[in-house]
Amino acid sequence: MRIILKGSKVKSKLTEKVEKISGQNIFACYQCGKCSAGCPMIDSMDYMPNQAMKLLQMGAAEEIINSKTMWMCASCHTCSVRCPRDIDLSAVMEALRLIYLRTNVNKVEPSQIPEEELKDLPQIALVCNFRKMTR
Amino acid sequence: MKYAYYPGCTLKSYADNLESSVLAVAEKLGIQMEELPHWTCCGTVFSQADDDLVHQIAPLRILLDAQKVGAKKLLVVCSMCYNTLKQASLLFEKKPDKLETLNLFLDDEDDYLGEVEVVHFLQVLRDEVGIEEIAKQVVRPLTGLNVAPYYGCLLLRPQEVAFDEPERPTVIEEILVALGAEAIMDPLKVECCGSYQTVNNKEIIADRTRTIINSARSRGAEMIALDCPLCDFNLDFRQKESEKKYTDFFTMPILYYTQLMALAMGINGDIYGFDKHYVDPRPLLKEYELI
Repeated sequence: MRIILKGSKVKSKLTEKVEKISGQNIFACYQCGKCSAGCPMIDSMDYMPNQAMKLLQMGAAEEIINSKTMWMCASCHTCSVRCPRDIDLSAVMEALRLIYLRTNVNKVEPSQIPEEELKDLPQIALVCNFRKMTR
Repeated sequence: MKYAYYPGCTLKSYADNLESSVLAVAEKLGIQMEELPHWTCCGTVFSQADDDLVHQIAPLRILLDAQKVGAKKLLVVCSMCYNTLKQASLLFEKKPDKLETLNLFLDDEDDYLGEVEVVHFLQVLRDEVGIEEIAKQVVRPLTGLNVAPYYGCLLLRPQEVAFDEPERPTVIEEILVALGAEAIMDPLKVECCGSYQTVNNKEIIADRTRTIINSARSRGAEMIALDCPLCDFNLDFRQKESEKKYTDFFTMPILYYTQLMALAMGINGDIYGFDKHYVDPRPLLKEYELI
């Protein structure tokens, strides 16, 4: 991973936006990695949760907004409960999802879900998924 | 003990065997549950965005409905509904300015005053009924049955909603022991099953389910007892995917803790819905002469 840092980039608008939406201080993270150690979805992420925090601290907006990390997050709050710096990382992931979804695009297209799947899935799964993955 | 009761969507469809077993157990233990006369979806997940007030309307409506029937406490069974309503109620308590905006937006004759306490059925069982009282009602002890409790994520996280230790909860174990079963300690009992990822990433859930079931089995469990309908879907129905993906995978029955309570309390009738499960629990229950 090669990221070029510039002063203007570090003071990124994206990080500011994430802080505003999530109500969390991104710069409180000291990279202990406890969030990543306990994350049940980490195998499916490209950037681990602590790396995502580091990217945000560096203002690497493009890398983070195009990553899989926030979409693989299952909002299970394990990271938030364990963070020694009291950062609600699952709220940070929510903010990242919303920044993407607010550009008026869906991450999951409800109409594309196969009918045989819809037949089985409880509505709790569908409503929850659409709340997290659609605008 | 009388409570206003919010069932939520899934207890009326996919998880109707959770609701029927809860109601049967509640009746036996003298817990009166009065379903809210009008209820709507809670939204299933709490919106964690500070600037996203509109998604707090759904839980607000329900809390206001509870207030209208004069409830001090609102009893919830589904852990996702519990989490959403509890977090929303705490937000309204802590942020009166946001509540004011929402009340204005809702344009109802009554304003929600922020005073309804959201409680989970497990909390009522432990704190109001008491584990000893549950033990007294047991007529058919689950002797020898090895059950691993599973809590999942939203029942006890984040910390603010937790009515038990989030990392090492014991409430379901306490109930299982009262029923005469062996409660198997499994470190993955608070691990997430993958939740809503089941809609578009079912192969990941197949892995999560396999890991959680294999961990429970390696510690001697014969079945898992849980409380969340979404965990139930992922741990029970997604075993189909685990079987497809891993030829060495063996299925395990998944039950709601209330189904086990009803069995131990000798409740008969059409409340169990064992035929609704993907992995049929009946052969195991017959082995222990419970059905």
